[in-house]
Amino acid sequence: MKIKNQPRIPGRYVLIILTLLCLLLLGIERFTDTGGPLRIIANYTVVPMQKGISYVGMWISDMSDNFETMKEMRKKNAKLQSKVDALTIDNTRLRQEQYELERLRELYKLDENYSDYEKVGAHVIANNGSNWFSDFTIDKGTNDGIKVNCNVMAGSGLVGIVTEAAPDYARVRSVIDDASNVSGMILSTSDTCMVRGDLSLMSDGRLRFEKLANNDNKVEVGEQVVTSHISNRFVQGLFIGYVSEIEVDSNNLTRSGYITPAVDFSKLQEVLVITKTKDDMVGGK
Amino acid sequence: MKRKLITFAVITICFLLQSTIMKKISIGNICPNLLLIVTASFGFMRGTKSGMYVGLTCGLFIDLFWGGILGFHMLLFVMIGYFNGSFQRLFFDEDIKLPIGLIAISELSYGFSVYFFSYMLQGDFSFGTHLFQVIIPELVYTILVTLVLYQIILHINKKLETEEQRSASKFV
Repeated sequence: MKIKNQPRIPGRYVLIILTLLCLLLLGIERFTDTGGPLRIIANYTVVPMQKGISYVGMWISDMSDNFETMKEMRKKNAKLQSKVDALTIDNTRLRQEQYELERLRELYKLDENYSDYEKVGAHVIANNGSNWFSDFTIDKGTNDGIKVNCNVMAGSGLVGIVTEAAPDYARVRSVIDDASNVSGMILSTSDTCMVRGDLSLMSDGRLRFEKLANNDNKVEVGEQVVTSHISNRFVQGLFIGYVSEIEVDSNNLTRSGYITPAVDFSKLQEVLVITKTKDDMVGGK
Repeated sequence: MKRKLITFAVITICFLLQSTIMKKISIGNICPNLLLIVTASFGFMRGTKSGMYVGLTCGLFIDLFWGGILGFHMLLFVMIGYFNGSFQRLFFDEDIKLPIGLIAISELSYGFSVYFFSYMLQGDFSFGTHLFQVIIPELVYTILVTLVLYQIILHINKKLETEEQRSASKFV
């Protein structure tokens, strides 16, 4: 019964037009950086909604935590108490060593201290909805001093790197993503290796490391792996995880294996962003 | 106009759910692909054009927030919308077999194309692991969610259609 006064375009022409449009966009993307204005619009429309939902989710999970039974709490408390004791002992020992280190550093005139990077805390507000990639969105952006290539940590471990920064949000690619490559270093021997994310290991949250020189230095299961001094994107000395498996490659020149990361990637809620990038540190000199 | 607004709201809600809550209730780190369900259902309920426009919007969301390059998911979802739209003539409300079949086919081809373009072209040929770790679990989970989400979308569509018919007959 409708009056058709406007010419109707058949579906296949629309398909062709839209396909061309997408291809055009793909072509443009090849030469420019990112979809600039659209991301600014997203910053003020979709991201606030994501923030809202994730805050409600956090509130609900907090509420459900409140209903843990007294018994569980007691048990946990006892466990934590013993841990505190152990850590206190550790801490005193470490502090003694710290004094010694400072003294020796002064002796050597090494004024750089890699352990104190300036950090900004941020909430994780959204994950990647597709199952192919592992990245997430945080609720701080360039307004808080975050820029592309900033390193992101959670607790004590490395989580990932900022790949996109808008005024009020930033996207972080986690180290378990398939496209992620981090130059790592075995802490005890200072041998460097490549730490790669792998889609097939993503579900159990493990990482693979490769190209560790097969030299006389013995590397055992449980050794710590940190970011190396030769990485051009990751600042030095961030804790990645523990070696969980290691074997000599068939070429007999290198070793490879698996790392258990220090961070539980399935339960990320708060992260710390190091606002200085490696470029800043290197370029400043 | 009202239809457009409601459709857009459905897309936005599904997008937000998929990136926030779905990850929390995911099984083995795999979450269902809600946007694909939306695109496919609007395709076979409303025809090729609606399917393509819905697909374009969904793809835009995905490319902006989850993907790498703008245009890749847009293209995929436009194709999915068109493919499902061409089955509009075979579609009846009561029959759930056709929607599930179509969504399964769309999901599979989506998985294959993402694997082909984002992984295989980069030299990652371990098709088996990708098939069993991502594509098949996602397919199963998406179909499970379809049983619920499809009913909701169908209901919304029916309501809108009766309303449109009523207002159309009023003016004649």
